[in-house]
Amino acid sequence: MKELICIVCPKGCHLKVDEENGYAVTGNGCPRGAEYGKNELRNPTRMLTSTVCIEGGIYPRLPVKTSRAIPKGMLFQAMDEIAKVRLTAPVHCGQVLIENLLGTGADLVASRDMAAHK
Amino acid sequence: MYDVIIIGCGVTGAATAYELARYKLRAAVLEAANDIAAGTTKANSAIVHAGYDPEPGTLMARLNVEGNRLTGEICDRLQVPFKRVGSLVVAFTQEQLATLQTLYDRGCENGVPGLRLLSGEEARALEPQLSEEVCGALLAPSAGVIDPWGFAIAMAETAVRGGVELRRSCPVTAIAAVPGGFELQTPEGKFCARFVLNAAGVDADRVHNLLEPTDWHTLPNRGEYYLLDKTEGGRVSRVIFQCPGPEGKGVLVAPTVHGNLICGPNAESVEDRRDLGNSAAGMAEVRAKAVRSVPGLDWRQNIRNFAGLRANTTRSDFIIEESQAHPGFIDLAGIKSPGLTSAPAIAKLAASMLADRGLALEPDPDFVDGREHIVFKNLSAEEKNALIRKDPRYGRVVCRCETITEGEIVAALHSPIPPCTINGVKRRCNAGMGRCQGGFCGPRVQEIIARELGLDQADVLLDQAGTYILTEKTKMGGNADV
Amino acid sequence: MYDLIVVGGGPAGLAAACKAWEDGVRKVLVLERDKELGGILNQCIHSGFGLQRFKEELTGPEYAGRYIQMLRKTGVEVKLDSMVLQILPGKDGAPHQVHAINGQDGYMVLETKAIVLAMGCRERTRGAISIPGERGSGIFTAGAAQRYLNMEGYMVGRRVVILGSGDIGLIMARRMTLEGAKVLACVELMPYSGGLTRNIVQCLQDFDIPLYLSHTITDIKGHDRVEQVTVSQVGPDRRPVPGTEMVFDCDTVLLSVGLIPENELTRQAGIGMDRRTNGAVVYENMETGIPGIFACGNVVHVHDLVDYVSAESERAGAAAAAYVQGTEAQGPVLELAAGDGVSYTVPQHVRTESLAKPAEVFFRVNRVTQAAEILATDAAGKTIARFKREHMAPGEMERVALPPQLLKLAQGPLTLSIREV
Repeated sequence: MKELICIVCPKGCHLKVDEENGYAVTGNGCPRGAEYGKNELRNPTRMLTSTVCIEGGIYPRLPVKTSRAIPKGMLFQAMDEIAKVRLTAPVHCGQVLIENLLGTGADLVASRDMAAHK
Repeated sequence: MYDVIIIGCGVTGAATAYELARYKLRAAVLEAANDIAAGTTKANSAIVHAGYDPEPGTLMARLNVEGNRLTGEICDRLQVPFKRVGSLVVAFTQEQLATLQTLYDRGCENGVPGLRLLSGEEARALEPQLSEEVCGALLAPSAGVIDPWGFAIAMAETAVRGGVELRRSCPVTAIAAVPGGFELQTPEGKFCARFVLNAAGVDADRVHNLLEPTDWHTLPNRGEYYLLDKTEGGRVSRVIFQCPGPEGKGVLVAPTVHGNLICGPNAESVEDRRDLGNSAAGMAEVRAKAVRSVPGLDWRQNIRNFAGLRANTTRSDFIIEESQAHPGFIDLAGIKSPGLTSAPAIAKLAASMLADRGLALEPDPDFVDGREHIVFKNLSAEEKNALIRKDPRYGRVVCRCETITEGEIVAALHSPIPPCTINGVKRRCNAGMGRCQGGFCGPRVQEIIARELGLDQADVLLDQAGTYILTEKTKMGGNADV
Repeated sequence: MYDLIVVGGGPAGLAAACKAWEDGVRKVLVLERDKELGGILNQCIHSGFGLQRFKEELTGPEYAGRYIQMLRKTGVEVKLDSMVLQILPGKDGAPHQVHAINGQDGYMVLETKAIVLAMGCRERTRGAISIPGERGSGIFTAGAAQRYLNMEGYMVGRRVVILGSGDIGLIMARRMTLEGAKVLACVELMPYSGGLTRNIVQCLQDFDIPLYLSHTITDIKGHDRVEQVTVSQVGPDRRPVPGTEMVFDCDTVLLSVGLIPENELTRQAGIGMDRRTNGAVVYENMETGIPGIFACGNVVHVHDLVDYVSAESERAGAAAAAYVQGTEAQGPVLELAAGDGVSYTVPQHVRTESLAKPAEVFFRVNRVTQAAEILATDAAGKTIARFKREHMAPGEMERVALPPQLLKLAQGPLTLSIREV
């Protein structure tokens, strides 16, 4: 039996995962918690948020996120890829910047609109 | 060859430069730091003393009372924030009542106007927040509160506009007597002058030692402070002193000229002349002493602690004298309290000493003894509107706590002595002085400095050399090497 | 003459303005001091927003973007780069005045029937907690560092100690680590974290960053730039315990030691304040003590989740709309009080006659509890409602809904307290 704190949402449910019984999860407030509990012991993943360089916008950096969680062990490798991106405004929220980031199946997408500035 | 070189641009150097700017002279000020008013001038009680403290007959006694009067006049002319709020020295014991009498007598002899001895009740009638323990007080109506760095900067700016040269980041590393004067080595090259005025503050002994050994040296003494939010600014309306002891004037509680409340300083001898840290013990001492005068102080309203160094020396009085071995080299040293108040009088004394030694002081008819200085928040609605119409940057508030506009920051950056640091901007127009302490406006001020002075934002410092804020841009290859 | 002026274009102001428009108010103005709408969300690039409000996990800019889109579909007027200098409440039903400036319009004196205050909050600084030591550069509030990093693209340091375990500090521990800095420690004065548990897991534990509970920074060295900090354990009295000092060589200290509602305008306007929340005292509909002036979001009390800010602000927007349309909330006032284990309540007053729906009451507990009850007890000692909670912590906001029929029976003041079971 392993105790975890669920990070799916800010509620932070205290989960118990039974590794011997098919990773059965108790203490979860929602089905996503059960899934998190299972995955966290087998293949932990995380949403990655960061910024990329952008020119011609209101700010020199554009916030980005992975379209879904990626393996926890790949976060730093993903950061290196993200550091290579160079954009010019305008960019739209949701626009895909890197498809299938490092083969994770997650895309890197813009997480805000940034209009061309002046 | 300059006629006069002033070493150091704290309040003493600035006041002296301002005085000399009135005359047709070739004068320069060499400041070691990257900005002026960066030593004791920026970290003190910000009080213009009435002048009852110094022993009659001392330089301090004479220059304090004269400086008090001159300070008021200069602040009017140069638009420096100054309020003659008056002060109370309070007594808690019978013994201290006797001290008040001594101070009263001294003050009368020193020529301090309007002194009055009050009973505890009379004192509390003036200042209802005073402790019940207070059994008597000395009222000095001529004491005041001032913006100390603003005072120095205003005088230095007026001097520079009047033709005095100023070099910053220009420490003097060697001084030699040469025929007809002195030769000063700096990283900026050699400077030669007929007269040298040593106004190097805490380091005045070291500067003097570059020329010859002194028979005195600095005993730096650290004082720690609390600066409380404006919500506490009305706690008292006058400067509240306790009875002075051997360690100085003791812990005061006073409104600042900007509407905050200042409490401090304690007094502690330190070896290290860069030791401007606060200690837990020192802060506790200030709190304990301050609440003895004003019990209701709310320390949760603290917005900043700081510490300053008093330029105490092995002598008791100011050291304003010419080197015997090297005539023409004049110390303006040991300028501890009441040095801020005395600075304009010290300047006049220095000028008269130069005249006595043969420097011709011919008034410069082109000297403009005044300054334009816009403080947006002090303007009426109509004036604000007119100003924004003329320059829309006055419509953009950068420092929200103090309502300081981009227009004022830009004006400071194009003033006669443009700052190049965030705290330099703060000392000129108050951006970052408020309750959020620049947390919000700091990055924006940094951006404006970079834009106006053509610097990279990452090269804009917080304060003195070495106070970098940013380490590198993100996403540029090389992550930090840790 | 406006019907409604909203001061602040962050999440609270946006939600209030959208709701007031939806409810039929047409002359609405949002005054925002920054150069774009969205407030602090624009720099909160991490995800975790919107699970309550939108049933999806959004980043801060995405959450703000949703509301900005909603606002753009309305006819609400927006003035950016505009700073409100003063609010003058109208007397005896006269319009309120809002004094504001910007570069285009100059000094504006705007009249309005109703005002929503949505100025948000600011971070507590080093001064507020009087950390001893030198004052070199390298000491930042977490939010200031976040802005540099996420919006301007600058690192503020390489070796970092974080004081306080508030959410922004935890989030910054992860962000700075991902950007290549070494976060040496997160130091918390209290015996529990001030942030959300999930952030302890995914921001500290994921990166092996130690969390020192019941510790504080007792010295900072570095005349020019931070060079070293000393961390000491604190006793139950929260004073440092001599002999427990640990020294960290670092160039940066981030402070995440609490948020303070930004209420200078509120105080100036003479609106009644609550010393515990540092925000205005409000009624169930977020109306302040001055009729027609409402407040919502972090300017009233510091929230843990923006979703609750939006919900509360929609309540304020709806109430402002009702006020503009002539429906003033009235009736007897039931006072709410904070009892054992409860730091404050928002609202502080409920006008029971005006309640159509249960009164939503937000509060924070002041200790960590497992298996506890929230009790609502009236002046006669009668417990009119109780709510079970598996887990409560000061870092998380609690919420109960009190039905009108129960409130109408209660004799004021009604005290909320917690009791372990």
